Amino acid sequence: MEHPFAISLDVGTSLANLTGSWRTSRPVYVDRLPPCNNACPAGENIQSWLYYAESGDYETAWRTLTIDNPMPAVMGRVCYHPCESACNRAQVDEAVGINSVERFLGDEAIRNGWRFAPPLADSGKRVLVVGAGPSGLSAAYHLRRIGHAVEIREAGPFSGGMMRFGIPKYRLPRDVLDAEINRIIELGVVMKLNSKVDRVVESMRDGRFDAAFLAVGAHIGKRSYIPAGSAAKILDAVALLRSMEGEDKPLLGRRVVVYGGGNTAIDAARTAKRLGATEAIIVYRRTRDRMPARDFEVEEALQEGIMMKWLSTIKRMDEGTLTVEKMQLDDKGFPQPTGEFETLETDSLVLALGQDVDLSLLDGVPGLQINDGVVQVAANMMTGYAGIFAGGDMVPSERTVTVAVGHGKKAARHIDAWLRGTVYAPPEKHELASIDKLNTWYYADAPKTVRPMLEIARRQSTFEEVQGGLDETNALYEARRCLACGNCFECDNCYGVCPDNAVIKLGPGQRFRFNYDYCKGCGVCAQECPCGAIAMVPEEI
Amino acid sequence: MDDSTSLAATQKLRFYQKGTFTVGNRLASEADRSVQASTDRSNALTCGHRACQGCGEALGARYALDAALRATGGNLIAVNATGCLEVFTTPYPETSWQIPWVHSLFGNAAAVATGVAAAMRVKGRPQVRVVAQGGDGGTTDIGFGCLSGMFERNDDVLYICYDNEGYMNTGVQRSSATPPAARTATTPAMGPEPGNVFGTGKSMPKIAVAHGIPYVATATVADLHDLERKVVKAMGIHGARYLQIHVPCPPGWGSASQDTIRLARLAVECGMFPVFEAEHGVVTGSRKIRRRVPVDDYLKLQRRFAHLFTTDEGKGRISQLQALADRNIAEYRLLDHEGDA
Repeated sequence: MEHPFAISLDVGTSLANLTGSWRTSRPVYVDRLPPCNNACPAGENIQSWLYYAESGDYETAWRTLTIDNPMPAVMGRVCYHPCESACNRAQVDEAVGINSVERFLGDEAIRNGWRFAPPLADSGKRVLVVGAGPSGLSAAYHLRRIGHAVEIREAGPFSGGMMRFGIPKYRLPRDVLDAEINRIIELGVVMKLNSKVDRVVESMRDGRFDAAFLAVGAHIGKRSYIPAGSAAKILDAVALLRSMEGEDKPLLGRRVVVYGGGNTAIDAARTAKRLGATEAIIVYRRTRDRMPARDFEVEEALQEGIMMKWLSTIKRMDEGTLTVEKMQLDDKGFPQPTGEFETLETDSLVLALGQDVDLSLLDGVPGLQINDGVVQVAANMMTGYAGIFAGGDMVPSERTVTVAVGHGKKAARHIDAWLRGTVYAPPEKHELASIDKLNTWYYADAPKTVRPMLEIARRQSTFEEVQGGLDETNALYEARRCLACGNCFECDNCYGVCPDNAVIKLGPGQRFRFNYDYCKGCGVCAQECPCGAIAMVPEEI
Repeated sequence: MDDSTSLAATQKLRFYQKGTFTVGNRLASEADRSVQASTDRSNALTCGHRACQGCGEALGARYALDAALRATGGNLIAVNATGCLEVFTTPYPETSWQIPWVHSLFGNAAAVATGVAAAMRVKGRPQVRVVAQGGDGGTTDIGFGCLSGMFERNDDVLYICYDNEGYMNTGVQRSSATPPAARTATTPAMGPEPGNVFGTGKSMPKIAVAHGIPYVATATVADLHDLERKVVKAMGIHGARYLQIHVPCPPGWGSASQDTIRLARLAVECGMFPVFEAEHGVVTGSRKIRRRVPVDDYLKLQRRFAHLFTTDEGKGRISQLQALADRNIAEYRLLDHEGDA
């Protein structure tokens, strides 16, 4: 080839120079497990439904959410949101208000009448679900969506279990509960109320059921022996809350003492206040920090004028008076009696000392193991009797609605596998996207949106819902506070910050690809990825 | 609810909490995304260049020229001073430039650019704009005379200085932009005053402001939105303009290659590198510090300052550097979120 004077080589582009050969470590795109998803007892893919909510696509968000949990409007009111406790944003400013967005989506679904897609095909298998509480409803929903025929038998006159008979209306309005239960039934779930199952094996045989899921809950209030005069009015909190659903409201008098330190004690005291008690006092044998009740519920109760008497046990009840002994915490934190007594004026005493399970339906079922009053189940939620699974409050667990819903989903997967003669293998979990994997610089400062609260006067006298919801503008804002921990949200940072132009943008929804021909392995992309979706791995040399 | 967020008082974006400060964002409108977020960005400086791993200058040059290309509709000629940028992009016979690009000498980039702009005017192609670019050595030391001439004549050139605080290409020698106490090949960390001597050096942006030219700005590779906005603004003005971009240099500074942007960010957040704008001799605004850090956070990631962390005397020098940063913060009102916009 002819060259001009003093030119000996053809000019060309630097693209001929494959600088990728310099690399000693390579960036790779990874997906990590967001802490919210990891913490959710119902196994919701929270980050995924927030992703849709962020762009205002609330229906897709709701449909993604309900893949795992059929009751977002209930969850958005009663869940203790362990997701928010785990949220990485709490270490930046405040946790994302996941629970309030969930409620918004649930309420949107009710308002717009969104319904579940019916099952594509029927499997021909029949499953009996005993108990129409959160666990039973969740199992029924998941089993029905897969195509199994499901019949729920509920001993009580209404469905909902503890969601109706345990959680007061001011926390969970009944129209919301009914709407979400009805949507499950519309899938083709058979709901039989007032039908107590006494002998589960016989019921399965008579109804030609291939499997059963037991979720009867824990509805028997624990009693404690308290010497009492003949005119003393003593009732248990479970019965009190249950009777709130009936025609005749319980008569408690003007001064009410609740004995116990759990959420049920708080619910009972707040209910008593709303029924007209001028004084509602919670007596607990330990201190506030040792109370099993959730702190925000204690706080709300105190706001409403509920009084607390710490370090006290009830020794005796007579008409109108209660004898209380003061306690002292020992070195190990256990309350010990002091021998000091005092008297409290009261018209009635409500015992909130925990609940037991009515296990009579399991009488005569071989192979079952029952420890501490609850049924033992294997990792697949199956009891010792093949084909009978159990979940919710009647198995060893933390007794919350969300845990129960999670049990229902988990059991449904294993029941389905069992019916097919296979074993359900859960997919492997990604590595956790902990805060040290994130570069939080890139997220704008944005404090959490606070939900409106009903004013105190109405909280003390009515059963109106205490906590309000978000509207569309602030729900969108709240959803967008999500950091997308561990999963690429296509912010273009890697594409922008590469000094070697070695990141290829694949277009919306397609994420990115590294061009290893030119990537020198500097690691700027991994360092500047806001959400920790890039890992540097050593090259094999 | 306020749906916008302040990007350091220079720019308002819609409130996309998820990645408001990022290069792009799937939720942001096209107008709010950076040039670098676009798949049809020019890549004025393309792959295969021989810059070191994590080179801040390679990044800064692509950021600046891609923005200038978009602002001028592709009618752009670049003139380059000798330096890293020239060497690593054009080892004979290769080039990484995807625009018309001229290199002459170390010290005359401003004068050559003036000539190119004059040639375009004479040829009746005034729409073709000219950018001159160089490192801090070619700008603040060797090219200083030509640059000052370009300023005082108000020639129609945007001069961009990629400031990596030393002569990195030739083996990390001190320049008049090297910060005090920094170890370089010519200011070793030994003797009674280890590293670069306090009280030496100069501020080229201040000197540019003193020329009263239409536009002077500083920027860093850590804030792309701010950098692109300044380039676009500069290309909308005729006459002499000066932009100094702070570009960390991993081998020269002794920092990890992945920390390039992090260092550029820390330099601003501690006050060592003030980011500001000036028009016709008057400072008009500054980029506010978002999360203030002590200078230690910035210094300790760089081996050129490692000697400060081993002796009591070094600690004294760190407080001297902190005092410099504090003076910048007061002078450019870097913490003052009220007032100048």
